[in-house]
Amino acid sequence: MRWLLVKDLQILRRSPLLTGLLVVYPVVIALMIGFALSSPPGKPRVAFFDQVPRGHGTIALGGQRVNVGHYAGALLSSVSAIRVSSRAQAIATVRSGQALAAVIIPADLPQQIQSLVTQGIGSPSVEVILNSRDPIERQVVDQAITARLNQVEQSVSKQLLRVAIADLQQVLSGGQVHALGQTVHLLGLRNARAIVAGTLAGLPRGSPLRPALSQVISFADLAIQGLSFASPALGTIGTPLAVHQIQLAGATTPTDAYAAAIAVIVSLMFVGVLLASGLLALVRSENAYARLVRGLVSPGRLLAEKIALSAVCATLVTLVMAALVSLFVSLDWSRLPLWVLSLGVGAIAFAALGVTIGAVAREVSAASLLAFLIALPVAFVALVPANAVSGGLKTVLDVIAFVFPFKASLQAVSNAFSGTAPGAGLPLVHLLALALAFGILARVALVRFAR
Amino acid sequence: MPATLEAHGLTKHYGSQVALRAISFALVSGERVGIVGPNGAGKTTLLSILAGVLAPDAGRLSRPATEIGWVPQQPALYSKLSVAENLRLFARLEKLADPEAAVARMLEQTALSQRADEQVGRLSGGNRQRVNIAIGLLGAPTVLLLDEPSASLDPRQRERLWEFIAMLSAQGTTVVFSTHNVAEVERYATRVLLLADGELLFTGTPAELEVAVGDGGARDFEAKLVSFLHARGH
Repeated sequence: MRWLLVKDLQILRRSPLLTGLLVVYPVVIALMIGFALSSPPGKPRVAFFDQVPRGHGTIALGGQRVNVGHYAGALLSSVSAIRVSSRAQAIATVRSGQALAAVIIPADLPQQIQSLVTQGIGSPSVEVILNSRDPIERQVVDQAITARLNQVEQSVSKQLLRVAIADLQQVLSGGQVHALGQTVHLLGLRNARAIVAGTLAGLPRGSPLRPALSQVISFADLAIQGLSFASPALGTIGTPLAVHQIQLAGATTPTDAYAAAIAVIVSLMFVGVLLASGLLALVRSENAYARLVRGLVSPGRLLAEKIALSAVCATLVTLVMAALVSLFVSLDWSRLPLWVLSLGVGAIAFAALGVTIGAVAREVSAASLLAFLIALPVAFVALVPANAVSGGLKTVLDVIAFVFPFKASLQAVSNAFSGTAPGAGLPLVHLLALALAFGILARVALVRFAR
Repeated sequence: MPATLEAHGLTKHYGSQVALRAISFALVSGERVGIVGPNGAGKTTLLSILAGVLAPDAGRLSRPATEIGWVPQQPALYSKLSVAENLRLFARLEKLADPEAAVARMLEQTALSQRADEQVGRLSGGNRQRVNIAIGLLGAPTVLLLDEPSASLDPRQRERLWEFIAMLSAQGTTVVFSTHNVAEVERYATRVLLLADGELLFTGTPAELEVAVGDGGARDFEAKLVSFLHARGH
């Protein structure tokens, strides 16, 4: 087997394009993944046309004034804003592609909000203009703008609620009200009740005023009780529910480490499957199979040699890739032996799949094409979240994910990278079983090699 | 003279189709045996069984395949490796006592020393066939099997090939070759095995075959052979 390994290494050395691709491809992917994961998300470019005249952005609520324009500033800070001076210019900016969207604030927005708050009339609105032909980009921009507008809306609502609660407190407990340049003392419901109760206590037993004042005190008690409840209730409207998550699966892999694991496994799959399928198919393309297996090398040893060489190459290449990715993403280097073990076992399973493909295809270019055709859907299927589909399709996808090594490799390697649940033991056993199964399939398919 | 290779009742089926029907013969040292017959006669199947590439369904051979040199019809070489590297690889896989000496000997014997470091993929068809034969001869086998060795060669390369085969046979190697070319059998074989539909119809010298085939009114030997086969239902 040693001389076959030497021969295959000589062949790889004399195929600089193939070898270069095998090395450069994962390195480039690693760098791209690293930069993508370590770069902060970009702010969408948004044209912004604010028609509210300067100094007219406030609304009056009770005795207080709320500056709505302040919240437009919050919106601008979360996007890359291009200020424009007309609606037409906003549309032109979006149409030309300079901005992904335009937000137009109508001149009467403060009045619309004032009307809604004080009279319950109207529905304040802003205009959003989108021009993306790409449905995914359109969805992303739409979600980004809508999310930011929702934040602004929520901030305005909270501010209005704070003013309303303060006014309620004054009705309840009294205080100073500043209006029209004068300060007015407000008695408040509690003080009013105390005055009435004092007056009632001073009246003679048979006074005809007693029943009326008793009714006033009862009403005041009920009103105080109701308003005391209303204030904290209004305070919680902005954030009525707090969500506390409990992960039954234990700590999960951090998103960055998981993304790195996906990139590494995709490379492991391509290098392992393509190399193994190509190396085995090459034996037949060069007509060497019959000469080799007539007593020089057994078919089983031939398969083992191709699997071993491909697995070693794939493991080394992806280890380099993981090391590069770790410059950008936090991976647990103290678990390096488990990295090597997980990548190695995954590579063996992928290489076993590769030799099966090579044995079936029997020709180098057909084997490469078949390897691509199988590998890509296998990766996609394994990445479909468990509950994204239902019924029979879910069963089919689960079976496909189970009988190919991608998902088990991903589980093992993401655990190795971050030390989080689920553990690597079960996936590694699964991968070894798959390697054995594919090895047997490849051995059976080799019968056609001699023909 | 003792037999260098004996075949007894070799039989092979591909599904329901019979490829070989109880073929038996014995070969002696220095013989050049031509296996001839129409397409589908079983020539390649017979050589593949003698070479150990295929297992017979029935029958046996007197010598293990590892002691027999085999030269497949298509050169079985790694085109990215040089001539010497190909020879060295197979010499090592055959576990020869001194692989480097065997490589040097074969390079000299096939007159490829000047091309030793050249990649096989850049060689002409004739030179590639020489490397192919050289690999078959690495273990200095007593019996050498060649499957249609001249099929892809031009007349000059063919002439050189037969000279080389004659030299091997003169040194005592038993050479068995298959061919479609009846003229080659007439010229270069010392014995002929005539196969048709997996059946061994004739074994003897080319002269004896000519007698057996008879005149039949045909112009040349090939036409006479076709008439001979037709007369026997093939």
